[in-house]
Amino acid sequence: MKILVIEDEPELRDILTQSLEKENFVVESAADFFSAMDKVGVYDYDCILLDISLPGGSGLDILKELKRIRKNEGVIIISAKDSVDDKVNGLALGADDYLTKPFHTAELTARVKSVLRRKQFDGQNVTRLKNISIDFDKRELLVSGKEVTLNRKEFDILTFFVANKNRLVSKTALAEHVWGDQIDEADSYEFIYSQIKNLRKKLKDHGSEIEIQAIYGIGYKLTDE
Amino acid sequence: MRLHNYTVLYLSGAMFLVLSIWAAIFYVNMLDEIHDSIDDGLENTKLLVIRKTIEDSTILYKDNFFESNYRIREIRPHESVAFKDVYSDTTFYTENEKDFEPFRMLTTVFKAQNDKFYKLRIISSMVEEDDLIEDLLYSLVSLYVVLIVSMVFVNNFLLRKIWQPFYHTIEKLRGYKISDQEEINFETTRVEEFKLLQKSLDELIKTNRETFNAQKQFIENASHELQTPLAIGINKLELMAEKNDFSDEQLQKISEVIDSLERLTRLNKSLLLLSKIENRQFPETENIDMNVLVKKLAGEFEELAGFKSVNMQIEENAELNILSNKPLAEILVTNLLKNAIFHNQQNGKVHVVLNSNSLTVENSGTEALDSEKIFGRFYKSPQQTQSTGLGLAIVQSIVDIYGFTILYEFNGMHRFTVGF
Repeated sequence: MKILVIEDEPELRDILTQSLEKENFVVESAADFFSAMDKVGVYDYDCILLDISLPGGSGLDILKELKRIRKNEGVIIISAKDSVDDKVNGLALGADDYLTKPFHTAELTARVKSVLRRKQFDGQNVTRLKNISIDFDKRELLVSGKEVTLNRKEFDILTFFVANKNRLVSKTALAEHVWGDQIDEADSYEFIYSQIKNLRKKLKDHGSEIEIQAIYGIGYKLTDE
Repeated sequence: MRLHNYTVLYLSGAMFLVLSIWAAIFYVNMLDEIHDSIDDGLENTKLLVIRKTIEDSTILYKDNFFESNYRIREIRPHESVAFKDVYSDTTFYTENEKDFEPFRMLTTVFKAQNDKFYKLRIISSMVEEDDLIEDLLYSLVSLYVVLIVSMVFVNNFLLRKIWQPFYHTIEKLRGYKISDQEEINFETTRVEEFKLLQKSLDELIKTNRETFNAQKQFIENASHELQTPLAIGINKLELMAEKNDFSDEQLQKISEVIDSLERLTRLNKSLLLLSKIENRQFPETENIDMNVLVKKLAGEFEELAGFKSVNMQIEENAELNILSNKPLAEILVTNLLKNAIFHNQQNGKVHVVLNSNSLTVENSGTEALDSEKIFGRFYKSPQQTQSTGLGLAIVQSIVDIYGFTILYEFNGMHRFTVGF
């Protein structure tokens, strides 16, 4: 899996690269409009992370170029401009998703995997991990072939963990993934905690081979060892 | 009280005083003139009577007034010594009026041709002073009334016309909001004072708007520039924590730093959102079915409400459709619902009511909040240290840009009503 990170902020580019490499993706990066245009013209990628405001030009023009040369990369726009226009324009030009800075790397990983999944299995939106199987379209969880009923939030939490398996998922990243970023109450952590407790119990009761560990104070980690 | 009523009030007071003084002086002068003229007549009659006694000595025995206006009586010579003409006011019974009426009387002494001394009294009917005063008073009152009426008339029609640019200016100012960014176009006027007023206001508004814009721009830029470094900080800490070679204590510290940075990020996002709403950067509007939206968003909170043991009920009394930006409408409803669920009690209630032109969100609570302050920025109760205190400020600013209204009441439940 090859991913191109187009981002002009060096620190952020490093973090994105590091984080994606941990997921065993091959990551390349471009720091400005022209090097990005060169790369997309020459190589093929599975997914492109695209910043809108770049030195030398707009990320939206790169998106137009991609569509012009009929490349089928998944594109996720990452922009600091939380403007509705950018989002609408980007999605209208064929971007697959839109992420507003600042975001959690866990959120990005989940989005990247979701885009890749949709591109690869052509509609068959299913992920398997050990003895569990998740159908994203039906929002269904099977453990050893048997269905486990989850409420909506439990399902969202589980899929987020699965996308970030063996990685630390901070409780805020989780809260924002589940609630959107309009929630700013500490109370939502308690709620997340109770949902995870239920989820753990359900997974354990059905004999799943995955486990959710608490990482002291910061968040959680899903392990399949 | 309006300006021209004040003018009328003061002018009518001044007019009353001036007219009263004038009336007193006029009355005294007129009475003086009347006396003067009557006395002249009496003096003339005196000469005529004395001359007549020369021709006709019989009248020297006319010792009563009867039909005429004089009488003559003989006096002893010593009584006539140093006698001067005396004018006096007296009353006589008159046949026509059947009453005593005021008369002017001249008492004089003369020496007839028979060398005897006689006292002559001549009378002349005089104006009735009370009648005069009455007449004068009536005229004055009517003059006063006419003056006041014409003053009111002049004030209402003329002054109002003259002051019209002033009222126009005030009207414009009343509807003006510094955040509107529009110029005020004052009505052109020829009055120097009004011109000065408009010029001063123009300058005042201009400087205020510049300050306002600079401040707004600063908040937006600052929030914006903070986003990336914050994200980098948080992400680096998370990557570091993942390395798994820290003690619990170290992880605890890292977690605390992350929490603080997260709080800052949320605060920043909310401030940015606020300034965007106020800068009207959500221009697209569409017709929104609030019944659908409220039910959808309430659904999102279902698990949370369950977790907090809060019973949420939606009462749809009517179809509620509003014209608004969709993300803003979502934020409005989300913030109200979220508040109602979070700031609730164990086994409390959330009651949402949709009417044809209002949305009410009620939740259980113990005591009323300060309705003056809850919509202000950074308002929060001491227990909620994690909250940004901007949720209701955001609601308020959304309500403001669309001209909706929001009302907080407490009647055993906290009740927020948004009127559309």
